[in-house]
Amino acid sequence: MIFPVIEARPEEPSLAIDPALTAEWLVAFLRDEMCERRGIDRAVIALSGGIDSALVAYLCARALGPEHVYAIRMPYRSSSADSLRDAQRVIDALGIHGETIEISEAVDGYLRFAPDADARRKGNVMARMRMLALFDQSARRGALPVGTGNKTERLMGYFTWHADDTPPLNPIGDLFKTQVWALARYLGVPQEVVDKAPSADLEANQTDEGDLGITYAKADRILNMILLGFKDEAIVARGLSPEEVQLVRRRVDATHWKRHLPTTALVSSTAINEFYLRPVDF
Amino acid sequence: MINAALVQFKPRKGEVEANLATVADVFAQLAADPPALIVFPEAALTGYFLEGAVYELAFETDALAARIDALWRASGAPGAVDVVLGFYENALGTFHNAALAVRCGEPGGARIQHVHRKMFLPTYGVFDEERFLTRGRRLGTYESAFGCTAVLICEDAWHSLTATVAALKGARLIIIPSASPGRGLGAVGELESNARWKAILSSMASEHGVYVLYSALTGFEGGKGMSGGTCAFSPRGDLIATAPALGAQIVRIALDPDEVDLARATLPLLGDLAAVLPDLWLDEEIPVVRRFEERV
Repeated sequence: MIFPVIEARPEEPSLAIDPALTAEWLVAFLRDEMCERRGIDRAVIALSGGIDSALVAYLCARALGPEHVYAIRMPYRSSSADSLRDAQRVIDALGIHGETIEISEAVDGYLRFAPDADARRKGNVMARMRMLALFDQSARRGALPVGTGNKTERLMGYFTWHADDTPPLNPIGDLFKTQVWALARYLGVPQEVVDKAPSADLEANQTDEGDLGITYAKADRILNMILLGFKDEAIVARGLSPEEVQLVRRRVDATHWKRHLPTTALVSSTAINEFYLRPVDF
Repeated sequence: MINAALVQFKPRKGEVEANLATVADVFAQLAADPPALIVFPEAALTGYFLEGAVYELAFETDALAARIDALWRASGAPGAVDVVLGFYENALGTFHNAALAVRCGEPGGARIQHVHRKMFLPTYGVFDEERFLTRGRRLGTYESAFGCTAVLICEDAWHSLTATVAALKGARLIIIPSASPGRGLGAVGELESNARWKAILSSMASEHGVYVLYSALTGFEGGKGMSGGTCAFSPRGDLIATAPALGAQIVRIALDPDEVDLARATLPLLGDLAAVLPDLWLDEEIPVVRRFEERV
């Protein structure tokens, strides 16, 4: 007699999300944290034309109503025209407020004092200028800036510190990029925005995956397993190469500091957030 | 039949008087058709995550019982009610995550039936309870309007042994005030953490033939979404009623003491356990008692 055999293989933790449940949860998050906790029912979002900020705009429109959402486009002179056009698609589809604030003069005004700035420094200046403008626009409207960084870029350190990460709320910061895609499709983010290659749009023809040296699909699988405590060999056994695993792990390990507040010298037994401990919503 | 009301809501963080006013609102809503038992969630008067502020906002049990009793009387409801409410307790400078069981509305004033101090203080990941609180040391039972009752708080209920001990001590009803940050969006239609809760509660109810009442906080606390899902399970392990994860809710159910007898007659696992327990308990390989060298 030949017995039928069931052979279990090493499973990989799933990255699948139920988009309806996720949307409901994040909309509740926005309502509670904005309207109930802070008494603010208006959001400003730096709308880049990419999928992350588009998704946040969709979530905010659901949570607050489109009339309470202000999308600010902040192009630099070298920004892609496609980005502006794709941001407009989101504004039109949702019926949210849209405004364009050119940052070229402000950025160039500073860069006149930094003629040696390379592309990386220029990119950081642009990101910080956008954040400066976003916070001022929020004050102008009695609104709250809402962040758009996803979990993948946070873990890879692929953002400008004290720029992209500064808004006091972020509904998608615990979603990997591939989960952002899934949720964006569910919410009906325009196909052109969902399908295009993600880019920081700081330089011509720049793509995230080119900068990172790995696809988001692979990076997310590796990151998920790293966070769940898988050792490198266990990740490789699930179909990723040792080089890919090392690349991702190095980026995570080199950027822990970017996910924290500034390091403060502790000299007392009342140090803030060390001994004096209060939750953020207290 | 014993009527019970399970309350799910989002307290205002640290605003004790505002949250007591919500308790009063619940009493007022229920006053026209008052249940015999009302259950509020864990940390219902403050919100769950307090960190160091717990020392400023903890209640002494007698004072809290008097406040709850006064609120019930003010509601105009006729007669008495048993209230179970989760709160942070200041016991002469020792702080606990606790639940008060108090009979309100009797002629002599508040009668404290029981105080359960949470035994399993989660201190991992997002949780940090034992940094600020002291664990309870005793799992007791008391006589509620339903009969012999035990209270477990949140993680207490994730250990199958606690419900087992409560049932062996005679509990026919287990009440679980909870505050559970929701997580896991991969399952369809329900948070994975809520599905896990329901599996635990159903198993607890059917294994021991007890009613299980679960009352949970809802709403976000600094990004952490309390996952609601307030619900009740029959002694056969069937879900009687449940609230959604989000939003304030009162779940009303009727408990039939005969159901406990019938469930235990049909599936006498608790009786079997009582018979076999001495053999299990005296197994020397189970570290029930710490050896001397481990204590020093």
